Amino acid sequence: MDHLDKLEAQSVYILREAYREFKSLCMLWSIGKDSTVMLWLARKAFFGHVPIPLVHIDTHYKIPEMIAYRDRIALEWNLNMIYGENRDALEQKLTFPDGNTDRLTCCKYLKSEALKHTLSGEWPRYRLDHELKRYVPDEGKEPYTGVIAGVRADEEGSRSKERYFSPRDKDNVWDVGDQPPEFWNQFKTDFAPGTHVRIHPLLDWTELNIWEYIERENIPIVSLYFNQGEGTRFRSLGCYPCTNPVDSESRTLAEVIEELRSGKLSNIAERSGRAQDSEDGGLETLRRDGYM
Amino acid sequence: MNIVIVGHVDHGKSTVIGRLLADTGSLPEGKLDAVKASCRRNSKPFEYAFLLDALKDEQAQGITIDMARCFFKTKKRDYIIIDAPGHIEFLKNMITGASRAEAALLVIDADEGIQENSRRHGQMVSMLGVKQVTVLVNKMDLVGYREEVYLKLQADYSEFLRQIKVTPVSFIPVSAREGENIASHSELMGWYTGPTVLDQLDGFASEADLQEKPFRFPVQDIYKFTKENDDRRIVAGTVAAGTVHAGDEVLFLPSGKQSRVLSVESFNTRPKTAATVGDAIGFTLATQIYIRPGELMVKPSDPQPEVGSRFRVNIFWLGRAPMVRDREYKLKLGSAKASVRLAEICNTLDASDLSFSSSKQQLECRDVGECILETSRPIAFDPSSSSESTGRFVIVDNFEIAGGGIVVENLSSGETLLQRHIRERENNWEAGHVRVEERAQANSHQPKFIVFTGAPGTGKRAVAKSLERTLFENRMNAYYLGVASIDRGLDADIGAKADSADERLRRIGELARILTDAGLIFITTIDDADDFDIEALKQLNEPNDILVINLGENGFSRYQPDLHLPSVGELKESVALVVTMLKTREIINDWQI
Repeated sequence: MDHLDKLEAQSVYILREAYREFKSLCMLWSIGKDSTVMLWLARKAFFGHVPIPLVHIDTHYKIPEMIAYRDRIALEWNLNMIYGENRDALEQKLTFPDGNTDRLTCCKYLKSEALKHTLSGEWPRYRLDHELKRYVPDEGKEPYTGVIAGVRADEEGSRSKERYFSPRDKDNVWDVGDQPPEFWNQFKTDFAPGTHVRIHPLLDWTELNIWEYIERENIPIVSLYFNQGEGTRFRSLGCYPCTNPVDSESRTLAEVIEELRSGKLSNIAERSGRAQDSEDGGLETLRRDGYM
Repeated sequence: MNIVIVGHVDHGKSTVIGRLLADTGSLPEGKLDAVKASCRRNSKPFEYAFLLDALKDEQAQGITIDMARCFFKTKKRDYIIIDAPGHIEFLKNMITGASRAEAALLVIDADEGIQENSRRHGQMVSMLGVKQVTVLVNKMDLVGYREEVYLKLQADYSEFLRQIKVTPVSFIPVSAREGENIASHSELMGWYTGPTVLDQLDGFASEADLQEKPFRFPVQDIYKFTKENDDRRIVAGTVAAGTVHAGDEVLFLPSGKQSRVLSVESFNTRPKTAATVGDAIGFTLATQIYIRPGELMVKPSDPQPEVGSRFRVNIFWLGRAPMVRDREYKLKLGSAKASVRLAEICNTLDASDLSFSSSKQQLECRDVGECILETSRPIAFDPSSSSESTGRFVIVDNFEIAGGGIVVENLSSGETLLQRHIRERENNWEAGHVRVEERAQANSHQPKFIVFTGAPGTGKRAVAKSLERTLFENRMNAYYLGVASIDRGLDADIGAKADSADERLRRIGELARILTDAGLIFITTIDDADDFDIEALKQLNEPNDILVINLGENGFSRYQPDLHLPSVGELKESVALVVTMLKTREIINDWQI
């Protein structure tokens, strides 16, 4: 087995553990390359099927290609696709692009809050109807107690300390200093009522591994990651007001991989194009409040 | 390759990693700048350890509280370096880190010498199955790079490692702060001619070859995605050892069922005909047999694993509450789960001073103990000396993983806790003045415990209730117990938790003992009972008798139910079949119905 085989096998094992142990399980799909690889790994784990609902938090400031890609794949792969949003904040224009909040507060409202309340079932969920080919209000109001997320340990300091199975209390708060032990391949899968758990099958993957795997498996990913002729491409995807492309000539997977391996991006942090990270507190503060 | 760095708090683990990352150009620019900027803001001199101390409250405390992963690459291979905290409070984090490593770097401060956690971590790493250990004697700059300090420490620590049966791969004198012997040979320690840390990392052997070992496949789950128009019934899991091919005969333990591998299943790969150690894979079988997640799939042609419910183990306990006798815990081994009790503590080892004690009555937090455990039902395993991954387990207490350990040997002969319990119960049984036989004569039927079982939804409750009605109308003392009736009553204290299945079963068995003693035909239903469930009920109901009626698919492996109804037709017909059997067995008289 090469390094990618090992990473794949471990992720598949974790996904199967999650599916075995959690009755109310969902997978977060941000449309980005990482969670798309995770979705692919679910197809690996369940032999072509995805028996777990996929949840996307729509800030309505996502780059339009992302949404079109999401719905195309969801129909093609027969996914149980669900999205949620912060309707109140959007209606009241409590956003950074509207000039009413700073970037971090905007993230908190449109992502963290929307995620928290969509997972708990308190706010409306919308489900893709495969017959009608559009979203309809979802009947399900059950809270999701197991949430699979595609975070990687190499992305940023606080993510390097995550567990594969990481408990959050009922307010989604992460107690970094008191995490359960994980012996060998035995994870904490027993939970007292009221707690829920984040499951991280991609923890040991690096950005380069993700791209190498996309190439090996021929996984369709959103075109924004490639230079389409303007000499720029996105390295990390988010909302368009806060996500900047990087200068890059890479038009193909092979060129992206080369650029990361030894080219000009090999020494630059991945999220450098994400403006909210450089504000005070940054990602860690967001994550403590439930940001993925 | 996963490498863990362990050692006593402040002996310099984070600095070693920071140095490795910096000296090999493995740091993204953004990271180094951010840490340097943060140091400037806080008016602190930059240190390599800060690179890892990415979390705010951790920097405030100045110690690593959780294991952190760092990614790192040499010309030879990719590494994941796991930084395990040295502080004793965070031992469980250290274990998390060490249990997934193939090799360990153990850091000891040359100036401060061997400390409690230098020993404890050495022992943990050995118990966790990390076979390759290199000892870094750090902070040589503080002792003037003197060889005699290094040699003394090497001798002392080697002696300790010898006691716990660990042979280190090497000792390396280093100064992580000054970068001596990390990536390049130190000129200040010309007396040392061994490898640098970087050389040593590349020198560790990769995972021992497990392909040739006996085939072991813990069944993680059984999938059938019928709704998606997929008729495959796939046995899924990860191969723990060995290799299997399509066409091979396979055996499932503990149930003992056999079949043959029909196909090897995977998604988006070339068609496969074999699966080997490490593969997360699936199989379809040539025959439709009923197996459950948690069984161990093996080849009958290989050396067989042990099956038992009583075994000698080494445990390290991390629970907030001590591990005590007479408390039910949950054991997870491979993909199997079972409730487990601590039967005996043989001896305990205090890692801080390496003293043995045989008088302890319970395992305290951070104790290492040789114990005897007993599971409520047999599980399949290997002694960890012959197959590591199927010979180690964790123990869950109150939702938390509270301990881990390795199986030393099977002790299945000898009285089980259940047998002892029943012996003691019967010795203390206080009978009234009416004998069982007298009651049977008065009732004109034998007392009997009748269990209907089968998959949920087979209609067994309807048959059971109808049987009760028929017997009652013919003046017999029959009583049907709906299991739901005791959830909020007799079982209110344990609820309907998945964990308490064994305890719920025990209570039904105890109830049966009483009600059959009262002369009743006591009827109940149990979903999907297996051989071990019935064996437990049978023992609990002793000295009275049990009758088992299976509806639908027969899920038993060796146990022969007294009556098997493959398909449930008309209610009346099913009841008539049961009544006929009761007559044949002379439980009721021919003329009564």
